Amino acid sequence: MKTFSQIFGAGALCFVSLWMPASSSASEQEVRIAIKDHKFEPSEIKVPAQQRIKLHVHNQDPTPEEFESHSLKREKVIAGGGKAVISIGPLKPGRYTFFGEFNPGTATGVLIAE
Amino acid sequence: MFATGLIVFRETLEAALFIGIIAASTRGLLNRSRWLALGVAVGGFGSLLMASAIGEISSWADGVGQEIVNAAILGTALAMLAWHCIWVSPNAHHMVQDAKRLGSMAAQGERSLWAVAVAVALSVLREGAETVLFVAGLTSSPDVSGVGMAVGAVLGLALGCLAGWLIYAGLGKVRPQYLFGITNVLIVLLAGNLASQLAKTANQADWISTLGESAWDISWLISNESALGMVLHGLIGFDANPSQMQVISYLATTVLIWLAASHMKNRLAPNRPSGVGVTPIHQPF
Repeated sequence: MKTFSQIFGAGALCFVSLWMPASSSASEQEVRIAIKDHKFEPSEIKVPAQQRIKLHVHNQDPTPEEFESHSLKREKVIAGGGKAVISIGPLKPGRYTFFGEFNPGTATGVLIAE
Repeated sequence: MFATGLIVFRETLEAALFIGIIAASTRGLLNRSRWLALGVAVGGFGSLLMASAIGEISSWADGVGQEIVNAAILGTALAMLAWHCIWVSPNAHHMVQDAKRLGSMAAQGERSLWAVAVAVALSVLREGAETVLFVAGLTSSPDVSGVGMAVGAVLGLALGCLAGWLIYAGLGKVRPQYLFGITNVLIVLLAGNLASQLAKTANQADWISTLGESAWDISWLISNESALGMVLHGLIGFDANPSQMQVISYLATTVLIWLAASHMKNRLAPNRPSGVGVTPIHQPF
């Protein structure tokens, strides 16, 4: 039983230590997009690869929207008329699609890291 | 109408599968339905509150209020499931084997159902708040037909609940001696799913930035948006494109809970031969 506790404790400790915050030193790029009439403006954004990016999203519609991206691993609700800041990156070069979950038919966009 | 229904269905599905599995795993415990219904009701009421306060919540802590609330919801639900798997379930398992103690099992169930009721409430809260926001947004759009929207939303909700009922009914067909084993595995996987989403939230809030890269991307095979992807997400925490930290959190959580639960199961079997708790007692002729 003692060995079990030791293994369990060690496992839990390893897991917790992985969760310690890491310092991010890379320079940050600010990008602004708007949501208007259930569409992203602009819907295609070029950003530098391997850099931290702060995505400022302004929802100019009166209705809420959820910014979602599977490849960026982000989902954030933005109230009608509200603003949100979404930190992403550093990204490998490539295309990262995103969409508005509440209006997936019209609200689509892509972030191109290069 | 179709688009509305699909979105409501997607939001409902995860919570419905969660409740279906929990309900199957607690079958036969005294007042179980009452506890689960209480969880759903509290979660539903909380959804309305959370949706109406979303602007306020979002502005907390320099804009990471949503992540804080989500992390608290996920973390608490994870703790409740871990508690259920480690302390409640091994206990119930042995009590079911021991017919003489069925009465005490019911009493024990009553005492321990609060944990799963809290997990159910939090699951409803997480998905429910988004659904409320979405539907509320629709009602204020002038360009959407009110009737079509209402029908779509109700259909989506009904289909989501149907999926939850199907998993519950399906598990009901399993022979009782295997049921606990299967629902235990499913609940451990639900806990893994919560841990994975917690890791995703922590990365989004910038609390952890290590291991944020994709571990793999199989969206070409099964995308998160596909029906199969959605069901697998609700059942086993499937993600077509998870970060490395999500995978590590999922694995670490499932393994640790499983080890701890097995350990407790062995400790709770004082009069049985060591090891396996399911050893049959041989009757003399």
